[in-house]
Amino acid sequence: MMTMLRRPLFWLILLLAGIFAWLPVRGNNVALREDLILVAVAIILTSNLNLMIGYTGYVNFGHIVFYGLGGYLGLYLATVRGWHLVISALVAGVLVSLVALLFGLGILRLRGAYFALATIGVLVAVQAFVANFEPWGRSTGMYVSFDSYAPLGGPRHALWTTYFLVIGVMALSLLLSLAIKSSKFGLGLFAIREDEDAAIVLGVNATVYKAIIYSVSAFLPAVAGALMFFKNGMIDPSIAFEYMLSLEGIVMLMLGGSGTVAGAALGAGLYERLRSYLLTSPRLSEFHLVIAGGLLLLVIRLAPGGLIGWLYRLIPHSREVVE
Amino acid sequence: MTGLLEVRGISKRFGGLQAVSDVSFTLNEGEILGLIGPNGAGKTSLFNLVNGVYKSDKGSIMFAGKDITGLSPDRVVRLGLARTHQIVRPLQGMTVLENVIVGACFGRENQSMHDAHATALEVLEKVGLAKRAYSPARALTLASKKRLEVARALAAKPKLLLLDEVLAGLNPTEIAQMIDIIHSIRDSGISVFMIEHVMQAIMNLSDRILVLNLGRKIAEAPPAEVVHNTDVVEAYLGFPDIVDKLRGMA
Repeated sequence: MMTMLRRPLFWLILLLAGIFAWLPVRGNNVALREDLILVAVAIILTSNLNLMIGYTGYVNFGHIVFYGLGGYLGLYLATVRGWHLVISALVAGVLVSLVALLFGLGILRLRGAYFALATIGVLVAVQAFVANFEPWGRSTGMYVSFDSYAPLGGPRHALWTTYFLVIGVMALSLLLSLAIKSSKFGLGLFAIREDEDAAIVLGVNATVYKAIIYSVSAFLPAVAGALMFFKNGMIDPSIAFEYMLSLEGIVMLMLGGSGTVAGAALGAGLYERLRSYLLTSPRLSEFHLVIAGGLLLLVIRLAPGGLIGWLYRLIPHSREVVE
Repeated sequence: MTGLLEVRGISKRFGGLQAVSDVSFTLNEGEILGLIGPNGAGKTSLFNLVNGVYKSDKGSIMFAGKDITGLSPDRVVRLGLARTHQIVRPLQGMTVLENVIVGACFGRENQSMHDAHATALEVLEKVGLAKRAYSPARALTLASKKRLEVARALAAKPKLLLLDEVLAGLNPTEIAQMIDIIHSIRDSGISVFMIEHVMQAIMNLSDRILVLNLGRKIAEAPPAEVVHNTDVVEAYLGFPDIVDKLRGMA
């Protein structure tokens, strides 16, 4: 922990969170807050996805399942059960992590493309289950009852509280990535990424490591899902498990630089801004996925290390600050 | 006296191929045991059985007084049985030092990152790779990658080291250096079980030699006896009666 305090990136993460928290408060800028919360969610999803793809070398196409399940559980606990939002979100995170651990022990025996296919299967299966689950409103979903905002000081206040909580989860996501990267656990994951069989012969218990990281990568996205769908006021199976967002997470990660903490944040931030611009532009809104796909091709072809990899090549010393 | 490694009646079949068939042997503490045999004799398969990459169909393996039959490779290495690969498998994207740190971190002593760093530097010094510590593993020559394989396995602080053809593909100078390394490993108290095709090297290094042919053990003896063993010569040269013919010619 002490060594973390000496890392420039540790302080950069706190600074980023501080700026995110401060910018919209200055001048009570609600529009900016709504923009930044989407950036923060993109960073949360991408940096946790990075734990699987970038650190361990396992492509998860169904990462959004954690976010959606977290949203459902959080909303259910906060609205139907009447729990406090923070408790609901944390419990949702823990439950989704446990579910992920069970899935992980099953599907992580698969490797490469077979694992990737299985993650799509998980996404489709969970969505189908939720869409038919009576207590969660089947395909119509659930709404947040107005009473749920009361413990947070009314709707207006609740939106700000949720915003700060999401920024907190964003900072935690990045710090978690940083902490894992500098740990022995992280070293084991990187060894698995490079050559799983060689890692096992060197003593890495790959089965357990993979299951743990799959479960860990589910926690904060689930917490974020609980917060975001509470903020949105409703949830249904199609917005909770948005396939496209799962794929775009991979684009964001590759764009910024897979395997790096800063790359996940940078890629998510840039892509999310670009996406918002395209979606609101009258001419280009239909094309945003075309552009996402094109971007992914360009990055993989020209700069497989993403923007951060490109930065390292340009200025080798930058690695010491950014890592 | 019981040995460090005791293999009893181990067998492995892949479909129609009996890769290893009812092999038994004992490796004593402090010994260098050589393993030779023609291509396809089952040498690497035997290594894979011993360190748990393959599950045996029959038989048992005792290591340092513990039954390790059926244990996975990561558990086996933690008990102090490390190995190198015939086809080198460095963790390409990592530096040489990081590769060795992985070995130390997850080896027998389960070292912390801090201790593993010190162990790794020490081991790299020992195998003569200290100058390349910060190079990416993928940038090494084949000879250096073989040294890296040895360094990674040594960093695990094993009691027994399995070396799978660490001399293959090296030039005579590199072979001489690697032989020195193997001697120093044994002198530091680590037992060695090694597969090798460079005959002169293995004859000089080994205390005893185990010979496999078609998955079966055909000899287990000191080097001087093995070279005169009729079955061994036939296995290598392929003709029955060749020994008698050669004798007749002499």
